[in-house]
Amino acid sequence: MSGETFVESHPLDPLLRADRLPHIWCPGCGLGSITSCLVNAIVDSGLPIQKQVVVSGIGCTGRVAGYLQLDSFHTTHGRAIPFAIGLKLANPELTVTVISGDGDLFAIGGNHFLHAARRNVDLNIVCVNNFNYGMTGGQCGPTTPTGARTTTTPAGNAEPAFNLPHLAASLGAVYVARWTSLHVRQLHRSMVRALQKPGFRFIEVISPCPVGFGKSNDIGDGLDEMRMYRTNCIVKPDADLMEASIDMKRDSPIVLGDFVDIERPVFRPSGRRQET
Amino acid sequence: MATVVERRVLSGEHFMNGDVACAEGALAAGCSFFAGYPITPSTEIAERLANRLPEIEGCYVQMEDELASMAAILGASWAGAKAMTATSGPGFTLMMENFGLGVMTETPCVVVDVQRGGPSTGLPTLVSQADVMQAKWGSHGDFEPIAYAPSSPQEMFDLTVEAFNAAERFRMPVFVMADEAVGHMTERVAIPAPEQIKLVNRKRPPPPGDGWLPYAADGDLVPPMPLAGEGYNVHVTGLTHDERGYPAGHPLVHDRLVRRLSEKVQAYAEEITLFEEFLTEDADTVVIAYGALARSARRAVVAARERGMKAGLARPITLWPFPSGEIRALGERARRFVVAEMNLGQIAREVERHLGRPVSWVTHAGGEMIPPEVILRAIREAQQ
Repeated sequence: MSGETFVESHPLDPLLRADRLPHIWCPGCGLGSITSCLVNAIVDSGLPIQKQVVVSGIGCTGRVAGYLQLDSFHTTHGRAIPFAIGLKLANPELTVTVISGDGDLFAIGGNHFLHAARRNVDLNIVCVNNFNYGMTGGQCGPTTPTGARTTTTPAGNAEPAFNLPHLAASLGAVYVARWTSLHVRQLHRSMVRALQKPGFRFIEVISPCPVGFGKSNDIGDGLDEMRMYRTNCIVKPDADLMEASIDMKRDSPIVLGDFVDIERPVFRPSGRRQET
Repeated sequence: MATVVERRVLSGEHFMNGDVACAEGALAAGCSFFAGYPITPSTEIAERLANRLPEIEGCYVQMEDELASMAAILGASWAGAKAMTATSGPGFTLMMENFGLGVMTETPCVVVDVQRGGPSTGLPTLVSQADVMQAKWGSHGDFEPIAYAPSSPQEMFDLTVEAFNAAERFRMPVFVMADEAVGHMTERVAIPAPEQIKLVNRKRPPPPGDGWLPYAADGDLVPPMPLAGEGYNVHVTGLTHDERGYPAGHPLVHDRLVRRLSEKVQAYAEEITLFEEFLTEDADTVVIAYGALARSARRAVVAARERGMKAGLARPITLWPFPSGEIRALGERARRFVVAEMNLGQIAREVERHLGRPVSWVTHAGGEMIPPEVILRAIREAQQ
């Protein structure tokens, strides 16, 4: 294998648990680039690293927390948000990021997302959406597009899918953005913005899952899906979010952007002094 | 600070119900975080703490369900708070999910179950003791729980303090298995001066540095606990993990971890166990009862003595670890045993297992206290 270059370390090593690498994710998965964006954003946010905490649920994205050289919590399926609420309310100095998958945050954990957004709890939520349950081998979930084939929808999914930015915005999230694992610069910028902003922030990151979703839906491998993002994505921050659903068909657009950036009183437990 | 302590511990004599006494016990133990969801007959605990926690700059938060409540107190514990939730049967079932996470990640906190009739919605407003085996086995996987069974509002206070101390000492969620009768019973409760209340705080690790293993236990089988935000860069996972806290799928690592999680309680079972005996020295018939029903059983024992029967009462105050040594010792002295409980024989089976012989069961599925007369009749029948 001539021509390959080996390096002893990675620039982000101080913030990664290098002794846990290589990671468990499949070739073509977007989680490597997304984790890299998150780590860079944590550094570039200028917030004290020691006070940054990352919480995950269960699933492929649930494994992100375990690769970060930070206080990191890998909790139960769907419960990353309420666990994070406990951390944040008991120690308001912490900056708490939840990074988890679409099934974790919107199927089994959907109710917690609703109420944390309604309350405007001071949490930074990153949902990596790969349209299926990857860890268990590619089953249908709440973001699987109508018609898509998964191991549990062999004849095509009959259900409509969640449109996550529309859902988050309707619940009052103060910051809502959507990018893909191809749009690393925009994603990094959004993550920095979200880390620095108080309140309930939500970023959806579309990510290839070639093994669980791409191959069975005529998308191909990870690189093919990245090419699809390049041709199909439209950056439109002022998009009507009702029109921003994704069907992952060959010629269908994927609407991206930082859609919402508003102010709303941040949740404080009753009786606590309101911070300005 | 003095005023905060003053408001935290309401030293003096009070006339309060068991749920309120439980809330005051939590505050006296240092609880600064409560997450819960309203459910009869435990709601008064949440209501009391919603009023009281803000007074001491603590945090009360009402979550969307009991899944979230249990998850939130685990998170709060990792941020340094002594944390509690309170519920009843249906909520207790939901809490089993993150109770397991608390066991696996060794997270101190207290879970109060004010028991009502089940299964399912059952008897929302009426008494039962039918969750005691759920406390033992309710979460999947192996674990050794600690559970207290208070018999009075005073014990709702005292045992809630004990529960926090055990949680902090052994780094695990600890149960207070109350019941509707004791939760809603109003009685005299004496709250000691703060300096007379013994408090235990979790062991803390040395300052952050290289080579420290967050899940390496000390000689007492309990690892010191770092907190989020202190620079330890700890990884906490519900997956089987090694001493670094890293996921490890190896059967040997799993067996070593899960065995230690049980052994850290088993090794100190004698110290944890609380057990009360009444007139058992010369008793040939011993009634075993716990929680609110122990009051009815005590009355039956007194009535039996008045009628010339040599009866005594044994009251497990800790249900888990089960006071097996105490029960076996009684088995050497007494010939007959009667177990009275408001379920269909959950502890009776446990008693038979440890005695190695059958006992008389006085059971009722719940909804009302078993009257002393019924227990007295069982004592009489046992002696024939």
